[in-house]
Amino acid sequence: MKALPEFSSIQEQIQYCSEADVYRALNSPNPGLSGLAALLSSAAEHFLPAMAARSRELTLQRFGRTTQLYAPLYLSNFCTNQCVYCGFSAANRIERRVLSLDEAEAEAAILKERGFSHVLLVAGEADAVLGVAYLEDLARRLRSQFAAVSIEVQPLAEEGYRRLFHAGITGVAVYQETYDRKLYGPLHPSGRKKDFDYRLDTPRRAGAAGMREIGIGALLGLSDWRAEGLALGYHLDFLRRSFWQTAFTVSFPRLRPAAGTFAPLTEVSEKNLSQLIFALRIFDPDVGLIISTREEAAFRDGMLGLGPTRYSAGSCTAPGGYTHPELEGEQFSVGDHRSLSEMAAVIKDKGLDPVYKDWDTTFQH
Amino acid sequence: MLKIADTTFRSRLFLGTGKFGSTAILKEVIEASESEMITVALRRVDLSNPKDDIMSVIDQDRCIFLPNTSGARNSNEAIRLARLAKAVSGSRWLKLEVTPDPRTLLPDPAETLIATKKLVEEGFIVLPYINADPILALRLQDVGAAAVMPLGSPIGTNQGILTAFQIGIIIEQASVPVVIDAGIGAPSHAAQAMEMGADAVLVNTAVASSKNPVAMAGAFAQAVRAGRTAYEAGLGGKSNQARPSSPKNGAITEDLSFLQRR
Repeated sequence: MKALPEFSSIQEQIQYCSEADVYRALNSPNPGLSGLAALLSSAAEHFLPAMAARSRELTLQRFGRTTQLYAPLYLSNFCTNQCVYCGFSAANRIERRVLSLDEAEAEAAILKERGFSHVLLVAGEADAVLGVAYLEDLARRLRSQFAAVSIEVQPLAEEGYRRLFHAGITGVAVYQETYDRKLYGPLHPSGRKKDFDYRLDTPRRAGAAGMREIGIGALLGLSDWRAEGLALGYHLDFLRRSFWQTAFTVSFPRLRPAAGTFAPLTEVSEKNLSQLIFALRIFDPDVGLIISTREEAAFRDGMLGLGPTRYSAGSCTAPGGYTHPELEGEQFSVGDHRSLSEMAAVIKDKGLDPVYKDWDTTFQH
Repeated sequence: MLKIADTTFRSRLFLGTGKFGSTAILKEVIEASESEMITVALRRVDLSNPKDDIMSVIDQDRCIFLPNTSGARNSNEAIRLARLAKAVSGSRWLKLEVTPDPRTLLPDPAETLIATKKLVEEGFIVLPYINADPILALRLQDVGAAAVMPLGSPIGTNQGILTAFQIGIIIEQASVPVVIDAGIGAPSHAAQAMEMGADAVLVNTAVASSKNPVAMAGAFAQAVRAGRTAYEAGLGGKSNQARPSSPKNGAITEDLSFLQRR
């Protein structure tokens, strides 16, 4: 990706924003990257309730009274990387497991029975254990059963994405984790993920291969969340200009302090997270914004309709965990344990329509 | 500075050369406009005479000579005109116009896309004249157009930017320069286009039909500069309701008491 400024200059761009800049961004039909910087700044904190109102208005206008639902399906926790914050890190002594295609299909069958039509296939990064051929075979099995099958696995070459698209994968999520290049190195000491630029270029490769939807994201709790937000804006802007026929989503996985796990390097509060979400919505009224079950129920419920458009529900983050709930080896611990039907009831209570299906792989050949 | 296909321009005012009373006036107009991009209808040029009047008034050291395919009714005619233009002028620059309806002179999107693709493949620097259609603009960009030239209103009408909403989308989405062409009837229209973030405007009738074309060319030059400066400085947002200077009073807000300190 060209034109991603240095992280320090991104930080500076935000620091110099005044309340007048925030006010202007809030009232502009097209606030742009400079408006996003203002909305992410500390000067914008006084405006949070007004930002929420603007974010709700834009979300309603572009997505209607709906909230989409999906579930992750963890295929494997083998990983060749050593991301210091991740439960799947090669350095961790956990039981490693990769599902056979039959086992994966059995997991998918449970999700389908629970009512999910969109499944996100997730795996640690280990080409030798789980590569394009595996995903291709699984996609062919699942495409007739699910409206949408997307992936969150290791970065692939453009040709790999093209093969998967033809097999029925419609979406690719790949998170940069942090756009802070200096911090990225020590956090990703080994494995292919060490290469910041290769990872940064991954959404472009997926777009060039024709994917319908591309998800980007930053892991909150590593570096300055405000600057991560503006970097996401730059990345999104670049991708939109390159692939105008593609839909985009942004995710905000937030590291939470927990015993025996990686302690976040910076604290990101719910207030901060909500500001980030409102700012991105005001910056880009069409982008899908995703909240996972990492977050607590009260936060997820409160944010319904205010900006986020897609929620996961009833998630298990250990491979095989839907069939065998007793299994350990999960990637992160879940903050909201409610089932899909419970989540759907809350969504309806808020006057929103839970949406399970937004596309169908049978439409494409 | 404006950059199209590796050429930079100090002026963001493009000038059309039709409808002027004499080449002498046109020469003065070009100077007063400070324009560096001058478009000429190939059908008006005497191809057999390399010293044709209209060619002689354009200083090609200072300006880009931009032949246009005015009069072409389909892609085949436009392509033929383009090749002739290149043969005569030696210039790869081309303003592509395909206007099958002689009454409105509105551009044909399907034929324009076909001709653009073909001419880009032949090495032309193509600036297509289009209706203010955002998807067409992106399609043209995808096949290699060097800029897009959406109309503000039908050519010669002097109605201004009637397509503002669509043009706003084009400006937001396009990664090639956006030049507002046709319909700009007053310097204020040109300033408005520039304030919206257009990269340049093309003006012809408004200057040519003025009682004093030379003075009007100067007025457009100033308006384009002012509009661009305003765009770069950043306009304050508009609001549908009166807003007190203190944003906490009377603004529409949401209750965020669900947010925890964690």
